[in-house]
Amino acid sequence: MARLAAVRDETPTARTLVLDVPDWPGHLAGQHVDVRLTAADGYSTQRSFSIASAPSGDGQVELTVQRVAGGEVSPYLADVFAVDDPVELRGPVGGWFVWRPEDPSPVVLVAGGSGIVPLMAMIRTRAGVGSRVPFRLVYSVRAPEDVIYADELRRRTRDDRGLDVAYVYSRQTPEGWPRPPGRIGLATLAEHGWPPDFAPACFVCGPTAFVETAADILVAQGHEPRRIKTERFGPTGPVASGG
Amino acid sequence: MGIVTPGFTGRPRPSDTRLPPGQYLTEDFPVLSAGPTPRIPLDDWRFTVTTELGGRREWSWAEFRALGDEAPTVDIHCVTKWSKLETTWRGVPVEAMLEDIESAADYALVHSYGGYTTNLPLEDLLGGQAWIVHEYDGAPLAPEHGGPARLLVPHLYFWKSAKWVRGIQLLLEDEPGFWETAGYHDYGDPWREQRYQGD
Amino acid sequence: MTVSWSGSAPTEGPGAHASRADEHIDGNALAGSLREVFAVDVTVASGRCVGCGRVDTVAGLVLYTQAPGLVARCPGCDGVVLRLVRGPDRAWLDLRGVTALEIPLRP
Repeated sequence: MARLAAVRDETPTARTLVLDVPDWPGHLAGQHVDVRLTAADGYSTQRSFSIASAPSGDGQVELTVQRVAGGEVSPYLADVFAVDDPVELRGPVGGWFVWRPEDPSPVVLVAGGSGIVPLMAMIRTRAGVGSRVPFRLVYSVRAPEDVIYADELRRRTRDDRGLDVAYVYSRQTPEGWPRPPGRIGLATLAEHGWPPDFAPACFVCGPTAFVETAADILVAQGHEPRRIKTERFGPTGPVASGG
Repeated sequence: MGIVTPGFTGRPRPSDTRLPPGQYLTEDFPVLSAGPTPRIPLDDWRFTVTTELGGRREWSWAEFRALGDEAPTVDIHCVTKWSKLETTWRGVPVEAMLEDIESAADYALVHSYGGYTTNLPLEDLLGGQAWIVHEYDGAPLAPEHGGPARLLVPHLYFWKSAKWVRGIQLLLEDEPGFWETAGYHDYGDPWREQRYQGD
Repeated sequence: MTVSWSGSAPTEGPGAHASRADEHIDGNALAGSLREVFAVDVTVASGRCVGCGRVDTVAGLVLYTQAPGLVARCPGCDGVVLRLVRGPDRAWLDLRGVTALEIPLRP
């Protein structure tokens, strides 16, 4: 039985849950857990959440939950779930969408909204093992206040050697931003990703429509489809394996 | 049952004695789908009944709409545990479409655009128990809810009410359909909670 | 490995609510459910679609979860590749849409 040890507000709509999980076997960056919630009358539902933290060896796992308006599970986890409450958790699961530190290839990370979560686990893991593998993150959000881990990303681009981050604002830009708001496009990835002849490992995560657009752009750029790994959340956020 | 998650209630689920065992009431109308939504232009729409004798009858959309409509108000029960009471539809009773068809079949396999199938005894499609409906809640049936037309068989779990219906195949033997070959019950009576094979 | 639900016996399968059709994700989200059935992570396995011959990893399949079971389709032809239904005390796994799964294992 996992238990909530601490919480951390990331943005007005996103919160990190720090969970104590007994017998946690460790995990790889990019993996997820399935969380099951059960009401008093026996009704239950489950959702998948990407692990946000790097492996730590202390049996703690962090999930960052984005509150989805009208959602059934995220408002509970973001607002009601309290320190010391128990929760049923299955995992870690998912061996496909993972970054292994032994892989020397440069990495392109493309995040849409809450799709940043598993990619942040990769960035944190990289720092934790002192890796010098070059990482480039392109992070697309609607507005500046939607950027999760903003301060940490600022700090890491300064301190973690070889990490570069570029932002795309689709609805509202920060003050003084040189371009109008817009969606991710070929130009952004050409400028802020890695060229195909570097044969980078590409990880794309976010809502289904975003992922499919970004993956198409990477293929159009010339990246090998097999080098592009994708993880689709539902249209507005993570969707259950099983509802 | 899993451990109760403190403070978790999920969506509102008022209890109601009109519900079959294990069901929860819903006010909205969840869309469940196992694949992309078929989009069928009305000019291309056909409904076909085939029999075990090789007989075949087909209706175009205009011919189907020229048949007499009824306006049933029914409760529907999905195997994923939500129920919706007093839903209103408009459509043609299935027995009207099977009227002049010669067959000794006991079973039906219902076919949908997109490849979905579901099976049930033929007698469950007769006797005022089933309709081919084209309207829900006073408006033409939306594609995401099975439009232009779907089967409505409310006395069975709602996976039997095949969306995007295109025809009925009359058979001498029961032939399990899409969910029935994947573990769901061949009959599916919500009042006996027949969700899975062997229930 | 914590593959079953920590602290309880496995319970019923999906209870789904969705507001729009065509919502799909990908086969990464099958990892937990398939891990209950198999001893290895099947999402990294790849197979050939019987409909069109396209080869994909299970993780890359088009996954519909807003249904009475999990339905994974081929990204090329939309044919059903895999179905998983979770009952209270059993699961049904239908793999008729794939000719064979190639599963990476440790040598």
